[in-house]
Formats: sequence, structure tokens, C-alpha cells
Amino acid sequence: MNFLSSHLLTLILFFPVLAALVILFLPKDEVKAIRWTALVASLVPFGLSVLLWMRFDSSASGFQFVEQYPWYEAIHSTLHVGVDGLSLTMVLLTTLLTPLAILASFSIKERVKAYMILFLLLETGMLGVFLALDLLIFFVFWEIGLVPMYFLINQWGSEKGERVLWGKVKMQARNYASLKFMIYTMAGSLGLLLAIQMLGVLFQTYDLPSLYLKWNALEGTVMGLPVATVKAIAFWAFVVAFAVKVPVWPFHTWLPDAHTEAPTAGSMILAGVLLKLGAYGFLRLVLPLYPAEAQRFAGALAFLAVMAIVFGAFASYGQTDFKRLVAYSSVNHMGIVLLGIAAAAKVGLNNPDVALNLSKNIALNGAVLQMFNHGLSAAGMFFLVGVIYERTHTRNLNDFGGLFPLVPIYGGILLFTSMASLGLPGLNGFVSEFLVVRGAWPILTVYTAIAMLGLLFTGAYILKSIKQVLHGPLNEHWAHGEHRLTEINVREIVVMAPLMVLMLMIGIWPAWILDVINKAVMMLF
Amino acid sequence: MQFPILSVIVFTPMAAAMLILLIKSERKNEIRVTALAAAFLALLLSLWVYFSYDKAAAGYQFVEKYNWMPMLGISLHLGVDGMSAPLVLLTGVVMFTGVLISWGLDDRPREFFAFLFILASGVFGVFASLDLFMLFFFYEIAVFPMYLLIAIWGWIKTREYAAMKLTLYLFIGSVVSLIGALVMYWQSGLHTFDMLALEQAAFSPGFQKLWFPFVFFGFAVLGGIFPFHNWSPDGHVAAPTAVSMFHAGVLMKLGAFAALRVGIMLLPEGAKSWSWLIMGLALVNIVYGAFIAMVQTDFKYVIGFSSVSHMGLVMMGFSTLTRVGLTGAGVQMFSHGVMTALFFAAVGMVYDRAHTRDIPRLGGMVKPMPLVAVAFIIGGLVSMGMPGFSGFVAEFPIFMGIWQVRPLVAIIAAISIIVTAAYIMLVIRRVFFGSMPAEFEGHIGPVAVQDKVALVFLCVIMIGLGLFPSLMVPWVQTGVQHLLSLLGGA
Amino acid sequence: MTAFVPSNILAILPEILLLSLGVLVLVLDPFWKEENRRLNLGWLTAGGLFAILALSLAVARPGAEPALVFGGMLRYDLLGFAFKMLFIFGAAITALFMMDVEQVGRRAEAYLLLLVAALGMSLMASAADLVMLYLAIETTSIPLYILAGFLTGDERSTESGFKYLLFGALTSAVMLYGFSLLYGFSGETSLYALAASFPTFSLLALGTIFLVLVGLSFKVSLFPFHFWAPDVYEGAPTPVAGFLSTASKAAGFAVILRLFTVVFPSLSANWSLILAVLATLTMTVGNLIALAQKNIKRLLAYSSIAHAGYAMIGVVAFSQLGAASTVFYLIAYILTNLAAFGIVTAFGHVAGSDDVKAYYGLSRRAPTLALMMMVAFLSLAGMPPFGGFVAKVFVFAAAIEQGWVWLAVVGVLNSIIGLYYYMTVLKYVYLYRMEGEEEEKHPIPLSRPYAIALTVLTIGIIAVGVIFAPWFGIATGAAMNLF
Repeated sequence: MNFLSSHLLTLILFFPVLAALVILFLPKDEVKAIRWTALVASLVPFGLSVLLWMRFDSSASGFQFVEQYPWYEAIHSTLHVGVDGLSLTMVLLTTLLTPLAILASFSIKERVKAYMILFLLLETGMLGVFLALDLLIFFVFWEIGLVPMYFLINQWGSEKGERVLWGKVKMQARNYASLKFMIYTMAGSLGLLLAIQMLGVLFQTYDLPSLYLKWNALEGTVMGLPVATVKAIAFWAFVVAFAVKVPVWPFHTWLPDAHTEAPTAGSMILAGVLLKLGAYGFLRLVLPLYPAEAQRFAGALAFLAVMAIVFGAFASYGQTDFKRLVAYSSVNHMGIVLLGIAAAAKVGLNNPDVALNLSKNIALNGAVLQMFNHGLSAAGMFFLVGVIYERTHTRNLNDFGGLFPLVPIYGGILLFTSMASLGLPGLNGFVSEFLVVRGAWPILTVYTAIAMLGLLFTGAYILKSIKQVLHGPLNEHWAHGEHRLTEINVREIVVMAPLMVLMLMIGIWPAWILDVINKAVMMLF
Repeated sequence: MQFPILSVIVFTPMAAAMLILLIKSERKNEIRVTALAAAFLALLLSLWVYFSYDKAAAGYQFVEKYNWMPMLGISLHLGVDGMSAPLVLLTGVVMFTGVLISWGLDDRPREFFAFLFILASGVFGVFASLDLFMLFFFYEIAVFPMYLLIAIWGWIKTREYAAMKLTLYLFIGSVVSLIGALVMYWQSGLHTFDMLALEQAAFSPGFQKLWFPFVFFGFAVLGGIFPFHNWSPDGHVAAPTAVSMFHAGVLMKLGAFAALRVGIMLLPEGAKSWSWLIMGLALVNIVYGAFIAMVQTDFKYVIGFSSVSHMGLVMMGFSTLTRVGLTGAGVQMFSHGVMTALFFAAVGMVYDRAHTRDIPRLGGMVKPMPLVAVAFIIGGLVSMGMPGFSGFVAEFPIFMGIWQVRPLVAIIAAISIIVTAAYIMLVIRRVFFGSMPAEFEGHIGPVAVQDKVALVFLCVIMIGLGLFPSLMVPWVQTGVQHLLSLLGGA
Repeated sequence: MTAFVPSNILAILPEILLLSLGVLVLVLDPFWKEENRRLNLGWLTAGGLFAILALSLAVARPGAEPALVFGGMLRYDLLGFAFKMLFIFGAAITALFMMDVEQVGRRAEAYLLLLVAALGMSLMASAADLVMLYLAIETTSIPLYILAGFLTGDERSTESGFKYLLFGALTSAVMLYGFSLLYGFSGETSLYALAASFPTFSLLALGTIFLVLVGLSFKVSLFPFHFWAPDVYEGAPTPVAGFLSTASKAAGFAVILRLFTVVFPSLSANWSLILAVLATLTMTVGNLIALAQKNIKRLLAYSSIAHAGYAMIGVVAFSQLGAASTVFYLIAYILTNLAAFGIVTAFGHVAGSDDVKAYYGLSRRAPTLALMMMVAFLSLAGMPPFGGFVAKVFVFAAAIEQGWVWLAVVGVLNSIIGLYYYMTVLKYVYLYRMEGEEEEKHPIPLSRPYAIALTVLTIGIIAVGVIFAPWFGIATGAAMNLF
């Protein structure tokens, strides 16, 4: 038992890899065995993170369950992991969504073994980012997460669709999407890589806690340039890398393609967790390491956030592809996260104004909660799109219509999840959006005001999509014969159920999660 | 008297070659088995040497010294330190997997394995040699079998041209270094070719500055440094699979290592004066190599130019003359060696079945050979410097080293990472995924078990080193420590 | 003036034995039946020569102190002795090779001429007097002229013999004139006494050196007196060409070494430079023209010319190491070149062609022969683990020691050119196929004498390349006699 608690984080982190190894040795034709092994194996980290949540002391500050092992001593990097409220929330989200996504993947029929292995490796990659307290380890897991996702999109993504590139070269849509995803993210992280190298060279360590102190204490000149300039450049290097991931307008163009072409479970994880990696990067690295620069450029960040909110909403509204609509909605929702972060950045560290500080905290709380909430709702929405796609083999909203009487349960669940996404009071979306707006208003009034316009349009596109799918005249095509639409089945309900429960719970009684987040946020910045 | 393990390692392949030549040509299986046994023995011994190296004691270990010609101070002086032990291991690994991959060779396997093993002996000899004369002796032994191996068993379209070009280039490089080495011999006044003594010879800075380019660049030709890299892509492509594995995997490291051992370690002041040039040329290697690889339509040429690019990283690491940079270079020599051996093995397997290396004509190879596809993907990830694999463990410190010296170069060099990722991903997609052209349907035979063993072995090494850098980095560090002391504690 | 002392017999023991063997061959010849003659002659000669070699090594080795014997005619020292052994060895191998050549192998005269030539060379190596030297040179050359033209029915052989004769006679006359001038300077014919009275510098002295050099350059085929070599080698019976290119050349070097280090050291700065330039030209011309050759004997001829250039580098160095490296070079070179010519002989005997193209697919017709060819050619190219590599390294080392770095660079660059055409031949042997690709139907059988000779030579090439210390020790010992 002692082993368990002293190695809890590394267990959570590496258990999926172990599971992947086990699956490697299963015969590839035993599809059922593979699926269930993967599912059960993914429930273990979830169980462990629930345990972690319960054991987490939300009144204490700083990182808990810290473990540190030597790794690459030659360059002073160690496997240093730990959680605080922020990362704990994200870990819980990840370990929750993964089993659900695996359950959702039960409908995958081809090369199930490879699929499951990649999925589990992906989970480790994401967890590693959230748990890392060593900058190099952070980067390692950041990059590791790219490869499984690339192959998931590439190999199991939607088969239809073609893109014509320059030079009239035709490429399958999923190939295009996966390559764009990978190259975009890698290019974005190039700056991050260089900045990390520079930090390592300067301080001969990659340990985050000590870097926080040393970096902020740095004065004078670095490599011939004044510290301020170097910090500004490094700030933007970090920001670009994370901005690609979040994604922040205008670095978001990879997202619609990737989300749309990915298989259902892939989109769930992509939207549910991967985007949060970027936001997490902002919170864990950008704000604490560059408080001054963040403050200076907070206006720019806020501008970008608002653009994301507004344009994301407009773009969603204009979509006819259901999945693409949900994809743009992610841009929209993540914009809110960034708005909260920008607001907090604007206030800055050690601001004497108490009221502003309160707003800052509220905004940050809202941002983190929005991360969690969007994870739930986006995963849910993508899954529901997948449910209907599997039955109808189309995602075009115009092909649907009036399906509510045919599939009432599905309709109900879709309504529920859409409302959560929309921000209906009583459900989780409202709480986080409200906190962000409340927090950002005193700090970035104009931006917040514009953002609220965007929120208005959020409602618009959500309602539009529901109307087109569920309401209106029934599309006879789906009513009879071989195309008759079947109801959502038990497995699919089981996937959605935990998400819906959480959405409701957070909507009604958010304290259980907000307490944890709050403590962390207060210490963070 | 301790067991002369290094001599055994160095001469086993040669002895095996002689033995193989005595077997009748028709008894092909006996030939193969003998070759495999010898390769396996060499591998085991090199593993033993590697893991019994005492890192705490550092310095040269397993030293053997036999006076060969005292009159001129030539001795058969063997020993390994932290830098050469991984390379000895690399040679053992590549030799073993090379024999496995060549199992199916049917045209005069006797001569093939005999020449391959003579080459292997030469390579082992250079890595283990602590005597300058013997270093050249073994170095030349490693050069000429390449000619025959490529000219006879290579790709029929370009093999003669490529073999001649390769041999002449390498020979030119080595004789230029030879002149430099002889000059060093006389200038030191020590009348010995013993490199340990020459390390302490304290040549004048002017002398070092003049002669360093000869010695360094002479050997660096074999390391593929721009603009003397031209032999490499053609040589890679024309060579038969196992020879390409050896060529890119080990031989190019031979050049880099000799450049380090004879150039940097014996003429440190010269190294410091000329590091800017090495850095510049290495940068060209890295970036130019990556871009050229991208536009190739022949699968093997992509890998060939990728080798040029990655060897540039090794040279770059050397040029930084910093602890981290040199450490990274040392690891990169091993990591790239394993990776490129894997690449060429995979390419060979595709070519043997599809009989074309033209990328536009290939596709869908993942179905008939899934293991090869996965192995190639792993190799590709190493090539990109993806964390979790040995490539990252090697490339990251190199970049840190560049940062310490010239940050702008680091930024430019980093471009190559993206380009590498792009062409690797594209090649993987086009060759292994997508749809298989109709002409290949049903004609792609399965991959033999020995090929699978070789590929898995190489993948395990790359992943193992990537997850546990401590499996190699501490060794390299001890070697680097010694290097730094020669450089004056830079 | 030393009296005739019985122990001095040992000084000329090899020569006496050679003469005796020659007489024996002549005498026994009529008693043998026609069919056996060839074998018996050959084995007798070769066996006799090996016996002489063994015997001389056993009893006739010079003592620690070199001594002038027979009235100052000869010098009994390690330099001369080492070369003598080389010549005898070369002659033995050549005798073995000669056995299978039509018209040559069954004629006792051929073997006799061989022995006389060897005798002459031995005297050349230990000559310490101008008159003796000239006599020895002529004793060597005249049999060789005849041997070159021995195939009377073959026009090329006759031409070769004639050309050799004319060229040789001309250059030797010039050299004689040089000798006479040398006598004129000092009134002495003994080399060791000449040194004392040789002027330090004057154009006349330099001119004298030049005149002497003419004859000697001819012997070693140094530029610009190399023109005879390709035609003569091509036309002469192949084993004879082999002997010419190795032993005869080595004899020339022996004389050059002795003459230049003993008689002309005062002008060493000048003649070193001259020789360096000549060596450069020799190497370069030899290598470049070899590139274009289609006949393997001509190719080897030009290659031999080039090798004379490499060996000369050691002489240019004018140091103990330089002389030692030249001697070592010659040891390695004799083994290698004899092997090369021997292989050509063996092949030509069966295939009937000396065209390089005839060697296509040799590795499949006769794998062992091909391997031996590879060993020989790689040694010529200067690749380890063969003697040629070590020899070249030492020669370059000697040059660099004395500051002749540019010369070493030239040598190195020339090695590269050489490598190209040696590799090309090997390419033909290993890669290319015969027309019709039926190599198994056209094997190249080796008769016993060839097998023995080539095996000995191949082992020798490898031995000299790997375990070179003892050989270099001998070379150094010889060099010490000069400095």
C-alpha cells in the first residue's frame, strides 16, 4: 500500500504503457479480448486518479505526491513528477475520457490491436505533460503524444474526402489532416524546443520549481542581449507553441481538418484532452515564467482570444458538416479559456489592488474549470456525432431532419450535451463561462463585451445544429427500410452517462472541483 | 595476463574470413552459418567489453600493447575508452544484423562474407587502436573491401561508378590525413606512433593550426562532411543491403571517430582555431542534406541523404568543443548507426520484393510486411529526434552545445528537424500506407524470420537507449571528460 | 690492398655457386631427353637457386664490420648481401615461371642466361670499384638483352630485345663516360676513395653525376629514360619481363644507393632535388599513361615505372631511414611484381591473350588465382595488410622527416591514380563476366611450379605487410652500411 501511495503518479503515468505491451502480445485476431483488455486497463489509471483526488490535500499549497528519479543526468534532467490542483483536474479528465473513448472505439473493426496500443501510448503522452515537473520531461511527453495521434487520424480516420493541394496534387483528406496536424504542432514547438535548450544551457537544470526561481531572478545580459529582450523572445516562442495547440486564432487552421477527419474516439480525445495541453502550458509555464511579458502582451492575447470566440462561433454557424461545426465550437470554447488567462495575465503578479486580484483568481478559476468542462462536453458532442455518423454515414446537417421521434433517447442526450456546451445555467458550461466573464470584466472590459457577443452566437449555432438534426420535418429517408435509424445502444449510453452526470453535478454543485482548482490557482500566479 | 579480448574482437572477423574462403563455394549454408557464428561471437564480446568497462576508473581499458616495430615506435596498441566502447558495440550489432539480413544472398556468398568480414576487422581495429600507424593500417583495410562489395553485389545501374567514386574519395581523404599524421610523428620528436604519448606531445599552436585541417578533413571525408560528401549517397544506393548498413551505420562513424581521435585529440589548439569552419560545413550538411532528401524519388537516396544530414549533427557536436555537444555527438554516432542500419535493412526488404525503389511506384507495403513498416516508423521517429527514442537523447545535447557557442546556428539547424519530419512522414506514408499498386498484388513475399529478428533487435536498442539514456551517456561522458582535459578544460 | 684470404671466399660464395650452377645446367642439358628437359632444367635451376639462397644465408652472411675485399673490388656488407639474396630469390621464382613458357622453358640457354644475369646483379650490388661496377652492369645487361629477344619467331620479342640492346648500350656508354670523368677527378677507381676527392660543387661535378645517372636511370626506368620499358616488357617473354621489372631494377637501385650516398654526398642538396623532380615525373608519367593501357603487360610496365618513382623517394630523403625505406620498398616490390607477372604468365599460357579484357570473369574461372591477383594488385596499390602499404608509408615518412613534404604529397596523389587502374583490373576480374558467361567451362589450371611460386609470393606479400619488423630490420641494417 505504501508502494502505491509513494509511486502513485508514476503508476498512473506508465500503466497505460504496460497495458499496451500486454496487448502487443495478444493475437491480433482476438478482437474482443483486445478491446476489453484495453478498456479494463484504462480503467485502472482512472481508479488510481480517483484515489489520488481523494487523497489530495486541497488545503495544502504546492505540489503533492512528488517523485523524482534520475533520467538524463548528463544534461541535468530528471523524471520529476507531481500534482497540484491544476494538474490533478487535468489528470482526472484524461483518465476519465480515455476509457470512455476506448469504449466508444468498440465499433472500430480494422487493426484493432494497433489502434488500442496507440491509444494507450497516447494516454501516457498526455498524462506525462500534465504530471511533469521537469521542463525536458514536459517536452518529451509533449512530442510523444503527437505520434499516436498522427497515426490514429491517418489510419482510422474517415475514408472519404479528398483535398487538392498546390500543383493539383490530390491527397486523401485524412492524410492531409494528420500531416498538417503533425507538422503544424512540431513547427510550433520548434520555438519551444529552442527556448528550452537555452534555459537548460543557462541554468544547467530543467527542474521547473528551481527554474521558476532562477529565471525570474535573472538579470543583466544573456548571450549579449539584455534579459528583457531574451525573455520577450522566449515568451513568444513558448506562446506560439502552446497557441498552436489550444488552438488560438490564427494558429487554429489545423484543428477543423484534424477533428473532422479523425475517428470518433480520436476526436473525443483530441478535443477533450489534447487541446487542454496547450492551455495547461500557458498556465504552468507561460504565466509563472514570464509574468512581466505576459502582462505586457496580455492585451494581444486577449485580442486573439476574443477573435477565437467570435470567429469560432461564426464559423460554426456556417458549417454544414456536423463534425466540423463541433470542431469550430472547440475553437470558440477554448477562446474563453484563453480570455480568462489573458485577464489574469493583465493583472500580473503582486498587484496591490485587492479587487483586481479577486477578479484575476475568478478568471483563472473559470479558465481551468472551462478546460475541464469543455473536455466533457466536446468529448460528448463528438461522440454523439459519431453515433449518428455510424448509422447514417453522413455528417451533412442538411441530410438530417426531424429525427427526434425516431431516436428519442439519442435526441434527449444530444439536447442535454448541447445545452451544457451552450452554457445553460444548471449545467457545467454556465459555471465556467460565468466565472471567466465575471473575472475578466473588470480587467478587460471591452474585450469581454465583444466576447459576450460571441457567446450569443454560440447559442445560435448550437440551436441551429439541434434544429437541423432533431427538429423540423422528418426526413423520410431515415424512417424506413434499410436506412432506418436505430436507437442509441447500451454501450453508447454507458459512454455518455458519466459525462452527463458530471455535467449536471458541476452545474449544480461545482464546489467539489472548484475548491481544488482554486487553491492551485491562487498559488500559481 | 588478462584475456586479450580486444585482439580477439579485432581479428575474429579476419580469421573467420580466411576460414570462409577455405569452404567450398557450393556449400552455401555452411558459409552462412560460419559467418553468423563469427558475427555473434564478435557481438557477445563487444557487449562484454562495453558492459565491463569501468566508468568510475575511466581512461583506456582492456589495453594491450605488443611491440611491432620498436625501431620506428610502432606497436599493436589496443584499448577502448568511453567514446570508442559504444562504437565497438555498434560494429558488433551492425555486423550481426548485417549477416542476418544477407542470409538470402545467393551469388557467391563465400566471397561476400569474406570481404565483409575483412571490412569488419578493419573497422574494429580503427576503433580499438591506440597506435597511429595501426589506425591507418586498419583504416585502409576497411576501405578497399567496400569497392569489391559494392562493385560485385551492388545495384547494377550504378555500382561500378559508385564503387570507384567511393573508394577513390575515401582513399584520397585517408592519404591526406596520412601526410598530416607523418608530419605529426616527426614533429613530436618522440619517435613513436603511440597516440597516448602523442596526446601529450604539445605541438606548437602554429603547427597545429596548419596541420589540423589536413588531418581532420582527411578523415571527415569518410564522415561525409560537406563538400566531400558526394561519394556517400551514390555509394549507399549502389551497395547491397548489408553493405549499406555497414557503410552508413559504421563506416561513416569511422571517419568521424578518426577525425576526433587523430584530429581533435592530438591537435586540440588546431581544433579550436578551426571549429568555426567545421561548424559551418556541418550546418550545411544538416540543412542541405535534409532539403535534398526531401526531393528524392528513389527510396534509398532519401535515406542516403538523410545520413549525410545526420552525420552533420555529429560533426556539429564535435565543433562545439563543449561537454554537452561532444556527449551528444558520441551518442549520435551510436544512435544514428543503429537507426540507419535499420533503415537500409527495411529498404532492402522492400526492394527485394518490389524490385523498385521508385517512391511514386510504391505503396501499401504495410499489409504484406507490417513489422518492417513499424520498424521503419520507429527508425523514422529516431531520425526526427522524437523524444522517447535514441535520436532525441543524442540530438538534444548537441543543440545545447551549439547554444553555448553560437545560438544562431542552433536556430538554423533546428529547421532541419521540421524538414526531416516532413520527408520521413511523407516517405512512410507513400511507401507503406496508401494503396498498393496493382503490379505488386500477390507478388510481395513474406519477410523471413532472420530479417524480423534483426529489425526487432535494432528497434529494441533504439527504444531502450531513448528511454534510458543512462545506458550509454555515462560511458560517453567519461570519454568526453578526457577529451576536455586535452582541450584544456574547455 | 688486402691479400687473398680464404675467408674472403665467403664474400663471393653466392657468385661462385651461381657460376657453378650455370655450368651444371649447361653440362647436364644434353643428357636429358627432350620431353623431360623443360621440367628438369626448371627444377634444377630453381632448386639450385633456393639451395644457394639457403646456403648463403647460413654461412656467407657478412660480419658486423663491412670490409673491402679482393683488392677493393667488392664490399662485403649487409647492403650487398641483402640485395644478392633478393636477386637469387627473384631468379628462382623466375626460373619456376619460365618453365611453362614455350620455347623458353626447354632451352638450357635461357636458364643459363638467367643465372649469369643474376650473377651480374650480385656483383653490381656489392661492387666497390668503378671498373667492377661497369663490368657487373654489362654482365647483367647482355644476358637480359638476349632473354628479352628470346622468342625468335615473335616479331615483338625480337623488337623488344633489339630495343633493349640499343637503348641499353647507348645509356651505358654515356654512363661509362661519366665514370671516366669520375676517374679523371680523383685518379681513383675505388668508390670509397673517390668520395674524398670529389669536388664540393661545380657544374662539371653535377654534369658527371648526370651522366652516371643516365645509365642508372635506364636500369631503373626513371624518367626520361623509361621509354624502353613498356615495349620491352610487352615483347619479352613474360617471366623475363617480370625479372627485368624486379631484380634488374633493384640492382640498379642498389648501385644508385651506394654510388650516391658514398661518392656524391657532398652534392646531396643538388642531386636530391634533381632526383626528386625525376621521381615526380616518373611516378606521374607512369601512372597517367598506365590509365590508358589495354594490354596488361604494358599496364604492369607503366606501373613498374611508377614504382621506381616511389622507391626513389627514399633515395631523395638521403638519410638512414630513407635508404632503409627504399630497400624495404624493393623487397615488397619484388615480391609483388613477380607475383603480378607470374599471374599474367600463368593466365597467358592458358588463355593465350594479354589483353586486359581477357581477364573478365577470372574470379569465376580460377578463384584462387583471382585472389592472388587481388593480393598482388592491392599490394601494388599500397593497401594494407600487404607489403605495398607499409613500404609506401615508410618511404613517405622518410621524405617528410627530411622535409620533402611536397614530394610525399605527390607520391600520395600518385597512389590514388594507381589505385584507380589497379581497381579497374580487379573489377574486370571480379565483376565482369566472360562472353557467354560459361566460366566453369574455361578454368585456368595452374601447373605445379606456378602454384608453388605464386603461393610463396602471396604469403610473402602478406607477411611483409603484417610482420614487417624483421624485414625492416634487414633494410635498416643495409642502410647503416651507407651512413
